[in-house]
Amino acid sequence: MATRRRVAREFQAPPLSRADVLALSERLNEPDWLREQRLAAWDLYESLPMPTTQDEAWRRTDYRHIDWESAGHLSANGGGARFEDIPAASRQPLLGDEQGAMLAFVNDHLVHHEVAPGLREQGVIVTDLHTAVREHADLVRTHLMTHAVTPDIDKFAALHAALWTHGVFVYVPRGVQATLPAHSIFYTTQPAATLGHLLIVLEEGTRLDYLHESLSPTLNADASFIGVVELIVGPGANLRFVNLQDWGHHMFEFSHQRARVAADGQLDWVTGQMGGRLVKAFMEIDLDGKGSWGRMSALYFPSGRQFMDLDTQQNHNAAYTTSDLLFKGVLKDEARSVWQGMIKVLPGAQKTDGFQANRNMLMSDKARADSIPGLEIQANDVRCTHASATGQIEEEVIFYLMARGIPRPEAEKLVVDGFFVPVLDRIPFESVRDRMMAYVERKLLGEVN
Amino acid sequence: MGAALEIRNLHVSVEGQPILKGVNLVVKQGEIHALMGPNGSGKSTLANTLMGHPAYEVTAGQIIFDGVDIVELETDERSRMGLFLAFQYPVAVPGVTVANFLRNAINARRKAQNPEDKGIPIPEFRKLLLQKMELLQMDPSFGGRYLNDGFSGGEKKRAEILQMAMLEPRIAIMDETDSGLDIDALRVVAEGVNRLRGPNLGVLVITHYQRILNYIKPEFVHIMMDGQIVESGGPDLALHLEEHGYVWLREKQANGDA
Repeated sequence: MATRRRVAREFQAPPLSRADVLALSERLNEPDWLREQRLAAWDLYESLPMPTTQDEAWRRTDYRHIDWESAGHLSANGGGARFEDIPAASRQPLLGDEQGAMLAFVNDHLVHHEVAPGLREQGVIVTDLHTAVREHADLVRTHLMTHAVTPDIDKFAALHAALWTHGVFVYVPRGVQATLPAHSIFYTTQPAATLGHLLIVLEEGTRLDYLHESLSPTLNADASFIGVVELIVGPGANLRFVNLQDWGHHMFEFSHQRARVAADGQLDWVTGQMGGRLVKAFMEIDLDGKGSWGRMSALYFPSGRQFMDLDTQQNHNAAYTTSDLLFKGVLKDEARSVWQGMIKVLPGAQKTDGFQANRNMLMSDKARADSIPGLEIQANDVRCTHASATGQIEEEVIFYLMARGIPRPEAEKLVVDGFFVPVLDRIPFESVRDRMMAYVERKLLGEVN
Repeated sequence: MGAALEIRNLHVSVEGQPILKGVNLVVKQGEIHALMGPNGSGKSTLANTLMGHPAYEVTAGQIIFDGVDIVELETDERSRMGLFLAFQYPVAVPGVTVANFLRNAINARRKAQNPEDKGIPIPEFRKLLLQKMELLQMDPSFGGRYLNDGFSGGEKKRAEILQMAMLEPRIAIMDETDSGLDIDALRVVAEGVNRLRGPNLGVLVITHYQRILNYIKPEFVHIMMDGQIVESGGPDLALHLEEHGYVWLREKQANGDA
């Protein structure tokens, strides 16, 4: 059922208040430091303007059609949903039959928490953020929105800091190579606001493979997800992080995701964006230490009237750092995407190597992909390059495949799969790769979840 | 009785411009035909039209394949009926391996015959692919490469022949398969075609030069000029053409018209 929406002319803020912050903190029985942190963020939130299309980073993202009447109220606890309500494919272990760690939330409610004894014995912590606030206060206080995503970035970051509703805390102690992958899920069932947080901290010389998923069925009223991802990669640590998004077509996502990588650390970050009505995601890697390495890869496939705006930044803050970005998108119907990417090299970050490439394939002449690469270089001995290309799916290729007896839909699927292969190959879990291919197939067939 | 490809009074336009002006030709299973002609005579237009390329518009005439007029059929249907086009310029399909592509092509055939078909079992497919590669003296690693992506001219043409071997068409059209090949590559490709020759395969070799016909020996030779077949004959016709060029034909045409 379509509902008639009021067309708002202004960029409006959700109907939330300081009282909501106090009530939330009270309900969760939070320590003083956290309540104060939330309240300080709320004050900041109130002092900041809502982003508008007058702001450079938001120039192409008009979210005025969001219905905050539904999307702007905090999700009521749990909503009665259970772990089993999450699609089975998402609940499968990542490797064979052995579940490493799995943390699943429905709306803001923790519905499943499982950590394999092997990981626990290694001292790896995978827990929900509320628990971590109680049990690992020092670690949380050190990292929670203090040096990756800070509340002062913009109004959405401040709102998240003030009102984050649920989250995951992952900690790998010094020298530990996690033997099993960890996995978290944010699933929503309500036309409301959720503010989920992901904080992953890898100490020196550690290793972890991680998958996070955000998904929901499509509802008939708007919802919002105001999220933050913080990835802290210590010296010589190695994190492989995969983030998949398959929200329903009622969801508006505004998120800030940022990684900090210390000397000789490595981060391999892959994003898959499939769902949502409108997605505005900032993704940023800071290569803080000498010799650090960061790779960002994305595949996105908006269809219908979906809009995705992915804003990336590769910050070379130290010498001998390497970044590599590959974002590939396929767009159908009247979908729109924006990729805006910046490579920043600070003075003194000599011998750095930064690369970014964005490629888009359009399957309809009503689809549109904007590609805006950027370089800002303040060191003189660096190598930074970018490439971008957008074009229609090639009819000559389709004809060639059809000339071998392959019907058009299958031919298109082959071409799209092939287009995504360079990104799919970077996903370290075969089962997740297969699921991504299944998403792509569903998109091509025009089925919306 | 074998299948035949019968082209009857075929007229084709590209962007409103008539290119083929009444082509008549019959190729039967088991026969090798050569179609020669100068640049711009309409040879490649014929090849693309037979395969149903959307840019080529049939304005009159028929293409009868195995007793069915295929003019209105989609390209993939024509292929599944047993028609094959070896492309003059095979296109690259990045990210799709030769093996994966061929498995899809074979499965499309199986599925068309039986909608319940689950696809060719992987071991069976691998065995078939290796067998055909061996027949064509190809390195097994070829199957793992992305289709035509970064292939040399010779590799592209060999990949076309491999596809032909895997799909076992009844009638194959080879559009300037010799173009861009040096003599060694040409020999390899021609030998591949010769290995596939037999009573179940009819071939129409479209070429500019006599050269490939030294390796793939046709039984029938046709000459196309200005969108029509103006001369048909035996293998001698190709040799005659090699020696005398197209001038005599042009003169003959002019006299005939007068």
